[in-house]
Amino acid sequence: MGAGESGNRERPVSETVPHEGNYLDQSELVLNMGPQHPSTHGVLRVILKLDGERVTGLECVIGYLHRGVEKIAENRTYTMFVPYVDRMDYVAAVSNGLGYCLAVERLISVEAPPRAQAARVILTELNRIASHLLWLGTHALDIGAISPLFYTFREREEILKIFENYCGARLTTHAFRIGGLQYELYEGFEQQVRAFCEYFKPKLNEYHKLLTKNPIWVDRLRGIGILTVEDCKQYSVSGPLIRAAGLAWDLRKAQPYSGYEQYEFDIPTGSNGDSYDRYLVRMAEMPESLRIIEQAVERIPTGPILARVPKVLKPAVGEVYVSIEAPKGELGYFIVSDGTVQPYRVRVRPPSFLNLQSLHKMAMGALVADVVAIIGTIDIVLGEVDR
Amino acid sequence: MAEHAQPKPPAPMAATPWEDELTARIAAQFAGNILFASYLRENFVTCSPESIHDLVLYLRDQEGFDFLTDLTVVDYPKDDHRFELIYILYSFARNERIRVKTRTSVSVPSITPIFHAANWLERESFDMFGVSFEGHPDLKRILLPDEWHGHPLRKDTSIIAMDNEWVQANLGIESGQ
Repeated sequence: MGAGESGNRERPVSETVPHEGNYLDQSELVLNMGPQHPSTHGVLRVILKLDGERVTGLECVIGYLHRGVEKIAENRTYTMFVPYVDRMDYVAAVSNGLGYCLAVERLISVEAPPRAQAARVILTELNRIASHLLWLGTHALDIGAISPLFYTFREREEILKIFENYCGARLTTHAFRIGGLQYELYEGFEQQVRAFCEYFKPKLNEYHKLLTKNPIWVDRLRGIGILTVEDCKQYSVSGPLIRAAGLAWDLRKAQPYSGYEQYEFDIPTGSNGDSYDRYLVRMAEMPESLRIIEQAVERIPTGPILARVPKVLKPAVGEVYVSIEAPKGELGYFIVSDGTVQPYRVRVRPPSFLNLQSLHKMAMGALVADVVAIIGTIDIVLGEVDR
Repeated sequence: MAEHAQPKPPAPMAATPWEDELTARIAAQFAGNILFASYLRENFVTCSPESIHDLVLYLRDQEGFDFLTDLTVVDYPKDDHRFELIYILYSFARNERIRVKTRTSVSVPSITPIFHAANWLERESFDMFGVSFEGHPDLKRILLPDEWHGHPLRKDTSIIAMDNEWVQANLGIESGQ
């Protein structure tokens, strides 16, 4: 930025230093943040217009991770596309797969058998915890608290081990198939999941001790990046952000899928819609996920793991929109079938993309350091924003 | 690798008519040119591109569909009005979704004055399909670089052709395949 140092030195002194008036330059400063900035969680570039430390203008530049997933889908069969969706929100790959499988299942009017549904719920909720843990660690790291990252990654590792035992992969799991599960649950799955629940419960209190009443943490988050329910509706913001604003809206309750109506759980909400409430909401969602997992693991039905699905999927001409509550918000798939083996159009409704759009609303007038906190609190994954 | 076959003009969807109090109210408000249908228990309304702004505004203010879930486009290159625009709206009060669809060959009025969320969604539709939105405050590419040519999600844009074009211009070879 600006002229090189040597250029400045050569200039006569009288030109660079004004003789009277204000010595400080009062013009606006344009600051480029990212795309290779550790606090932007990937390759997000934000162009900030600053008046001193205050943000007076903001533009997000996205697309650095665009891989044309929707175009790829049109050139694959329905079954071949399943592994690709894992690569969008790669920290919550199981949720992505669940959404896509449910959408295709509605298109061909098939329902997964009860055993598959219960296993899907367990794996998806484990993935929600893993995603929230990654968010918590990196969000705290952005703000300057380094140690939570080590703890959250230690716990996340236990979840990834369960995924690895189940399907051999840790991140891009390809856990589900259209019509059910990819694999039968391994021997000892229930015990390992129960052991994780027992192991994880006290750990949550450790995070609370480290952060929740930590004055630095509270000062950095309280009152920062406020979104009201009205703002959330205007910007189509979903997930923990809209719940932190005070609206108890969770698709697992509102439009249950995969048997979520059988489980008891609460929807944590906030009241101020600021970054601190979003932190509390996500923290409260983890024990709720544990509650669901504990209920589900107690009554995994026996039976087949795969519904009767034709080997070659040729859905009738039509279109569906199916959405699920992913860790980051409403994840939807809009699929158009033209009666052939390939989808005519697959549209992904990415929660991060729409949540990120509200950064403009949240960060205008904030300080530069708050922008970092706000980006962390949205919990974006650029693989999903750019697709 | 062979180019995948050009898609056949799709047969109409086996949709069933959709009629209830809501459709009666919408039909009374917007005379003519509005079709109501339902497929797999998902309801949708089809209207002309001129009335899309007013219809979305009416649905938001009078019927409580106050959440723009998604906005997207489907391309049917063989049709006269090749772009089908899909607006998915959600109502918290009713816990119900509705799809609003319209057909156009060039442009439609922007709904950014109604939903701020439409800003990026319309930019993405412009980027991927080249649909223009009249009245959009800042209609430019969003996911692709500004200097990109063409609109990749159009059905007549082929991945192989895009790749060949790039390697011919940048690497001086015939094909990258």
